This record gives sequence, structure tokens and C-alpha cells, in this order.
Amino acid sequence: MKKLTPLIEWGTLLFCTGMVCFFLVVILWDLISKGAPSLSWEFVTSLPSEGMTKGGILPAIIGTVLLTMITALVSVPFGISCAIYLNEYAKDTWLTRLIRASIRNLAGVPSIIYGLFGLALFVQGLQMGTSLISAGLTLGLLSLPYVIITTEEALRRIPASTREAALAIGATQFESIRDVVLPSALPGILTGVVLTLSRAAGETAPILFTGVAFYINNPTGFLNQEFMSLPYHLYMLSTQHQAIEEVRPLAYGTALVLIIVVFLLNLTAFYVRYKHSKDE
Amino acid sequence: MCGINTVKMNNDLVKLSAESVNLWFGSKQVLKNINIDFAPNQVTALIGPSGCGKSTLLRAFNRMHDLSPDARIEGKLVLEGQDLYDGHFSATQVRRRIGMVFQKANPFPKSIYENINYGLKINDIPKAERKGIIENALKESYIWDELKTELDKPATRLSGGQQQRLCIARAVALRPEVILMDEPCSALDPLSTLKIEELIVKLKKDYTIVIVTHNMQQAQRVADKTVFMYLGEVIEEGETKELFNNPKNELTGNYVKGRFG
Repeated sequence: MKKLTPLIEWGTLLFCTGMVCFFLVVILWDLISKGAPSLSWEFVTSLPSEGMTKGGILPAIIGTVLLTMITALVSVPFGISCAIYLNEYAKDTWLTRLIRASIRNLAGVPSIIYGLFGLALFVQGLQMGTSLISAGLTLGLLSLPYVIITTEEALRRIPASTREAALAIGATQFESIRDVVLPSALPGILTGVVLTLSRAAGETAPILFTGVAFYINNPTGFLNQEFMSLPYHLYMLSTQHQAIEEVRPLAYGTALVLIIVVFLLNLTAFYVRYKHSKDE
Repeated sequence: MCGINTVKMNNDLVKLSAESVNLWFGSKQVLKNINIDFAPNQVTALIGPSGCGKSTLLRAFNRMHDLSPDARIEGKLVLEGQDLYDGHFSATQVRRRIGMVFQKANPFPKSIYENINYGLKINDIPKAERKGIIENALKESYIWDELKTELDKPATRLSGGQQQRLCIARAVALRPEVILMDEPCSALDPLSTLKIEELIVKLKKDYTIVIVTHNMQQAQRVADKTVFMYLGEVIEEGETKELFNNPKNELTGNYVKGRFG
């Protein structure tokens, strides 16, 4: 029995790891094998045509990329600043504890609630209409708590001695944060930001009421216009189209493109982390 | 007239001093009525068992407690007759004049050159002068010969001893008047420790040095004066030889002979 125990421990861990990898591989294989045939230069550079049964998904790609950029513009500067304030400046009082707890709770709010909130605030309250900017602001709000939490975690991992090193040579608190703490925490912050944006890029519920459209015929991407996006396009093709079987390959192709867009986003984070680790 | 003269006289003999300093963290009193004078161009060692407040005292001199909201200081900490806390100096001005080297070497995650250059940059030292200052600081810290060909390498790749000497160079580059050292050798091997001790003895020609140490031999090797602290109070101070060989207080005797610690 004594001899068996380590084997069981090892076996359990290996089994769990194996299961996770298995499903990941199956999902990817399914996507690639069914989506790759519909991928072509034309697919990613042309407009949908003939009631979505032919043509490409260019407007959806542009829509998702622009939407993610707006989300980043809203959530990253505010989120990082907020995390810096909470972790570096704010004193530990009941108020900051309350703020922190609220942020953690916000991260757990279902995304459809953000959609309704965005509809009430941006679309109707602020009269922005169903538009790219409304949807971007909504997704930005959704992403904020994640950016704050992951940035705060990254800042907390920087030891006090690093901050003191800067203070001891006459840096102000702001200089020590800007020049020493933030650069050291950058890989952690970036991982959090990219994971958050990847999630936002794939969200459907929050944009449903705030600006996404089934079909638009010019992919110009004005802030005040409705837009197409990859996850919503995928949803429509898979469940709402009048000829579901016919457009199934296009749906897989769309899914694959969405995965690739998110993967490219991750790649930039990998690159920055790699460069950072080389400098250290 | 007479008063001014005594102040002046004192200034010649006293670089840095604590006058009736009490310090609390929250409701816990960590320093109790500390009165010490540190003479210029001397090395003073602060010794005492863990938790006796020696690091706390050291950090009070360059206002490192400013960022702990629950720290409260009473009394005067004085550099050349000027109170460090009365609003005459900003914290950054104090730290510019009183440098610090920490227990664990903490170079910035930047290149060796940048580690020293950064301090010069934020203290507005003209770009043209920086290169020379950096070279001098590294020479003063006796690592120029080891590092001169790899100034653009990341400082975090250096050995522990080299990192600590780089941190000393970083402090020295700003030409402080006082250098505080908080157990600078506690994480180092004997050979690196020896190099740092030699460096400390050489540096006292230009700087006033206060060093916290747990190592009795180290205190005897580097320090001109030694201060023994216990439970937040100064128990005894004096010439290092005198304090170690003829301690006046029983506690001091027991501590330096290693009976408790």
C-alpha cells in the first residue's frame, strides 16, 4: 500500500492534466478541421453576400477589432490607475476594503447584466444609440474589474524592497511607481489585460442590446454606427439563420477567425514578456 | 553668543543625532527616548537582539517610515543642526543627503549602468556629468574593474556580493553625507562580506556611516563606535573596543559575549 500511494497521487495528477489537454485538443481539432476549408483570402476580405450564405466576414472582423480596441482604451488606463491607487496610495480603511470588495463582486456580475446596464446608460440615458461606442463602453465597464484585480495582484508581488530602493535615492513615490514598480509588474499586468481583452472580444451578451447588428453593408466602423462582430455573427449563423446547414462551414470559419484574432492578441503579450525577461 | 558657539562646536563633532526620539507603530512603542550622536567620518555600529529597534531607528533617519501610516515619531532627528522632520526638508531631500543600503541587495531590474544613472536622472544631474559620476561611483565601490566591460548587462544577473556593492555605488553616486546600512552583509558569503567591510572602512574618509549588524565580529572589524540597543532603548554606547572589552552594563556584556541574542 505504501508503495502504491505515490503512484496513485502521480496518476491522479496526470489523469487530470491529460483530461484538460484532451478537451483542448478536441476543440481545436474540431474547429480547425471544419473551419479551415472555408478560410480563404476572400473570406476575410469581403462582405457577406446572398443572405450570408456566400462571401466573407470582413465587417465582423473589423467590428471585433475596433470593439476590442475601444474596450482596451476604456478599461486599461482607468483599470491600471485604479489598481495603482488602491495598492500604492490608499490607506487600509473600511472604505478601501469596501471598494475592493465591490470590485471583486463586479467581476462576478453576469455579462448580460452589463448589457442591460449599457442599454440603459449609454444607449438611452446618454443618447448614444445602439452603436460601436455604446458597446465598447459597455465592454470596457465589464473588463474594468478584471484589469483592476489582476493589476493589483501584479503590483502586490513587487517586494517592498524594490520600492524602497527607489525612495532611498530620492525618488518621489510617483517616480518610484512609474520608473521601477510598474516596469517590474508589467508582465503580470499585461497577462491580466490580454486575458481580459480576449474574454471581452468573445462576449456576445453585453453587445447584444448595445450596438451589434446582424448585417451591415459598409464596414467603415464609425463610432456612432451599428457594427458586426465575430461572436455575434457566429451565434446568428449557428442558431438563427434560415439555412443553418448550408452556412455551417461559414460558422466554423468564423469561429476559427475569432480564435486567431484572440491568439494574435496573446502573441503580443508573449512577445513583451519575452523581451522583458531578456532585459532582466 | 556663547550659545551659538556651543552649537557650532557641537556641529563639528556631531553629524547626525537623535534627540529624545520615541517611535510607535500603532499602539506599540518601538523606540523609547533615544539619544545618540553620530560623529562625522566615523563608522558607528548599531547592535542588539532582533526586535530591539535598531533597523527602525536607522530607517527613521532617512524618513523611510513616511509611507507607513501607523508610524508616529516624537522627538528630533537632526542632520547638521537641521531637524529632518520639521518641514524644512522634503523626504526626497533628506534621502538625497542620507543614503541607504538595505539588508537584501535590491538593484533595479535595469542594466548596471542604468541602476546608477537612474538616481542621477531623477535628481536632475546634467546628462554630460553622469558618465563620469557613474564611473567614479563604481570605482569608489571597487567593482569598476569587475564590471567595466559589462555595464549594459542586467544588474539582477550579478552575484549577491556584486549586487550589494552596486547598491553601495548607487548610494555613493549621489554624494550623500551619511550612508545608512541595514545589515548589508547578512545575505552574503564570507568573501563578499570581507570585500564590503573593506569598502565600508575606505568609505568613511568621505562619509558618515551608520551600520546595523548582527555580527559581533563585523562590528569590531569596521566600527569606530558601537551602540547597544535592547527593547527599544539605548543601553550603552562607546568606543567599539571599550564596549566589547569592558562593557559597563551587564546586558551589554551578556549580549556581546553571545549569552543571548
